[in-house]
Amino acid sequence: MSEHIGRRRFLGYVLAAPTLVTAAELSLAPASAAVPSAEITELLDLNDLMTVAALPTSGLISVAVNADGTVSFALPRAEVGQGITTSSAMLIAEELSVPLSRVRITLADARPELLFNQLTGGSNTTIATYTPIRVAAAIARSRLLQAAAGVLGAAPGDLTLAAGVVTDRSGRGVDIGALAQRAASAQTGQVAVELTPRESFTVIGRPTNRIDALEAVTGRKKFAMDLAVPGALPTMVCRPPTINGKVGSVANLAEVRAMAGVTDVVTIATGVAVRAQTFGQCIDAVRALRVTWRAGTAEGKSDASVLRELELAEIPLGLRPPTPVVEGKFTFHFRSNGAVEPNCAIADVRADRAEIWSALKSPIVAQETIAARLGLPVGRVTVHVAEGGGSFGRKLFFDAALEAAEVSQRIGKPVKLMWHRADDFRQGRAHPMATSRVRIAYLGDAVLSYTQRHTSVATDLGHGLGEIITAFAAQLPVGDIGFAETFFQLSQNMPYEFGLNSRLLSEVDKGFNTGSMRNVYSPDVACARELMVDQLAARRGRDPYQMRRAYLRDDRAKAVLEKVAQVGNWGRAMPAGMAQGIAFHAEYKSVSAALVEIDCRPETVNRPIRDGVAGPRVTRVVFAVDVGLAVNPRGLEAQMMGGIMDGIALALTSGLHLRDGYFLESSWDNYFYTRQWNTPPDLKIIVMPSTSENPGGAGELGVAASVAAVACAYGRATGVMPTTFPINHATLSFVPKPTVPPIPASPIDGATAAR
Amino acid sequence: MPEHTFRVNGEQVTVDVADDVRLLWVLRDILGITGPKYGCGVNVCKACTSHLNGVAVSPCAIPVGELRPADEVTTIEGLAATVGRELHPMQQAWLDQDVVQCGYCQPGQIMAAVDLVRRAAAQGRAITDADLDSLRNICRCGTYFRIREAIKAGARNM
Repeated sequence: MSEHIGRRRFLGYVLAAPTLVTAAELSLAPASAAVPSAEITELLDLNDLMTVAALPTSGLISVAVNADGTVSFALPRAEVGQGITTSSAMLIAEELSVPLSRVRITLADARPELLFNQLTGGSNTTIATYTPIRVAAAIARSRLLQAAAGVLGAAPGDLTLAAGVVTDRSGRGVDIGALAQRAASAQTGQVAVELTPRESFTVIGRPTNRIDALEAVTGRKKFAMDLAVPGALPTMVCRPPTINGKVGSVANLAEVRAMAGVTDVVTIATGVAVRAQTFGQCIDAVRALRVTWRAGTAEGKSDASVLRELELAEIPLGLRPPTPVVEGKFTFHFRSNGAVEPNCAIADVRADRAEIWSALKSPIVAQETIAARLGLPVGRVTVHVAEGGGSFGRKLFFDAALEAAEVSQRIGKPVKLMWHRADDFRQGRAHPMATSRVRIAYLGDAVLSYTQRHTSVATDLGHGLGEIITAFAAQLPVGDIGFAETFFQLSQNMPYEFGLNSRLLSEVDKGFNTGSMRNVYSPDVACARELMVDQLAARRGRDPYQMRRAYLRDDRAKAVLEKVAQVGNWGRAMPAGMAQGIAFHAEYKSVSAALVEIDCRPETVNRPIRDGVAGPRVTRVVFAVDVGLAVNPRGLEAQMMGGIMDGIALALTSGLHLRDGYFLESSWDNYFYTRQWNTPPDLKIIVMPSTSENPGGAGELGVAASVAAVACAYGRATGVMPTTFPINHATLSFVPKPTVPPIPASPIDGATAAR
Repeated sequence: MPEHTFRVNGEQVTVDVADDVRLLWVLRDILGITGPKYGCGVNVCKACTSHLNGVAVSPCAIPVGELRPADEVTTIEGLAATVGRELHPMQQAWLDQDVVQCGYCQPGQIMAAVDLVRRAAAQGRAITDADLDSLRNICRCGTYFRIREAIKAGARNM
């Protein structure tokens, strides 16, 4: 393994191969010197757990130098927009001294030998791969220098490798492509190597554009549904009118099978699948099916009934202390974690083997589950990880891949299966509805205790992360608790010196299709916490910024908060109906702060928006982030920007309405994710100078501080602390579409009403 | 089945498919032109935005039977050729601003942006914040701010 054998010395491998291939094991990143304290997350957070889980089992990741001078690396993670192919290429370019344009990153197929180590989640990719990728690249560099020494007749120490060319002191050069075979090894062996020190970095830390941007802006980037797999025809599923309803009977199978373009119609576990020449014909056929449905798993339930279930499951806050307290209770409605690319997968299942293509963040669990469902050995199921069109938690699961495999097996033909948008909202996974109750006890200037009780519809963690936690839970300093509670404890921390603190999660009702959404529990937990910090400040007549600053525990935290206050000109005068809000959040070994300005004046709230929600406008956001070491500051800014847009949506506009056992939303003009008319016209993201030798996580980090700052700003602008999210949930801003047929007809106004 | 003849990205094509199949599926499932993306199928998300005779349209909501032989469909794949360059200025602006995250919605975003700038130019005016607010294309990665910056930059070079 690439164990740490000195300050910067690591062990890796050179592998037996016809061209130069070097490797390292995914292993524990150098530990930070944490001082034991009351905060669990300072001893061990979720990322440590995921990294530790990898240790005894992980296989090798390898870097290959090719004869054409390119360098290849198959990343065992899913790229879904977060920019990890670019940042991984940067790590290789740094250590191997090759131009970024020569590095080719692909996404590895499911590799069961990696066990837990092929799961993309917890904002863990860069934390877990930062050292191993560099070790493999650095070994390649040293092998190339040795090979060049033979070619150029010079000592390796007299050679330099830059921009993919090894040069001797006389200026003679040889390209690494010409050295790739000479540098190859006939045997696999272990090699020690020293990594480039941080002060010598020329690529890591430099703002870098995405390596796949040209493909994306020219339409050449291929997502799962763009892949040309022979015979894989469009396939859709006619789904039940209520959540997880089951097929009773189908009245007109023969009639639908005879429709134009339709090749197959078959009943499966989740509905009635239709395969046709085009997706358009699938839509028509799904709408034509006459199906009798049996009850689902949330029959008759509504927002109000689930709220009652939550209230019954709430753990008491405990005896009220004799000191003054501030208390609050907040409700967070169901939210969709669907991406613009809907659930989709290609499957080609034969008698003795199967091949799957899908954007999957837990491909090993997908492979094992699909193999079991098909009755095939795991080794006979090949799972290709496609580039994902967004994830936000959704692609931790593989619902479409499992369905596609089932359909392909049933009909004996390859299928390209896609969910309709209406399916994606109504039957797709949702971030669970939750309540969060907070009590802060104080006396004079001292805050004595912080208590938070989070009660949630159960979050399905059955995508592999749950198995990691279950496997290690017994070894954790949290006692014998289930993995949802463990996940909760490991992902939450208390950044303020608020005395004794206690946070607990309780979960109810497994009848919904849930999944964690970007940043999992934190947007809700932090929103509740930060609103109550504002309440505490108001009660004590203190400024929200100054009070946070006074109680924040560490210098990195104070630095980001001070930065947004300074750049955002905290406390500046604003018109009535407008206000600033400020919030802080730490997670993934990173710290973040947001300053938001919001306009809640009636003329803004009521501005006309066709088929959309106007509401308060966030006019300005200043966001500061410190991830320890930023590999790609431009990519990091992009992730914060996305987190900010999510935060605005969660606070103001984005929620699902449950009624009669189904979600009313069925289109992007029902489910109001942030749109251009909600976007802050003024946005400034500040990446703080690196404070660490090691990168923290970033992909989910931006959401929590953003949603909290928007909520705090809204409370200060209106004078009323919001307690239900999104704030517009009580108003239904659209006419729900029917549930039978389950998907709407294709309109015909595309040429005249496109804008 | 009826035949439909029209032009796509500068070339004449003929497809043999029912009149009411929407253009998006003709492009993607029959012609293999996959730049325009499916995001809703009901003319809402705008991920499939392409140009019909130079004007932004939603192919998911156009029956192929409406197209005539002289009609020119331009998808993201054919955008650069309309200005005789490797990249359209808007695509270049997208690269310069590093707009893309997952990239799924971006072909539609770029096609809508080009249309927006052309409409403003036809009215002899520059792009305003209100124009940018009027764009309906959804981006779940939340790249909206960089999109706004890229459109302003791209407009200067169109």
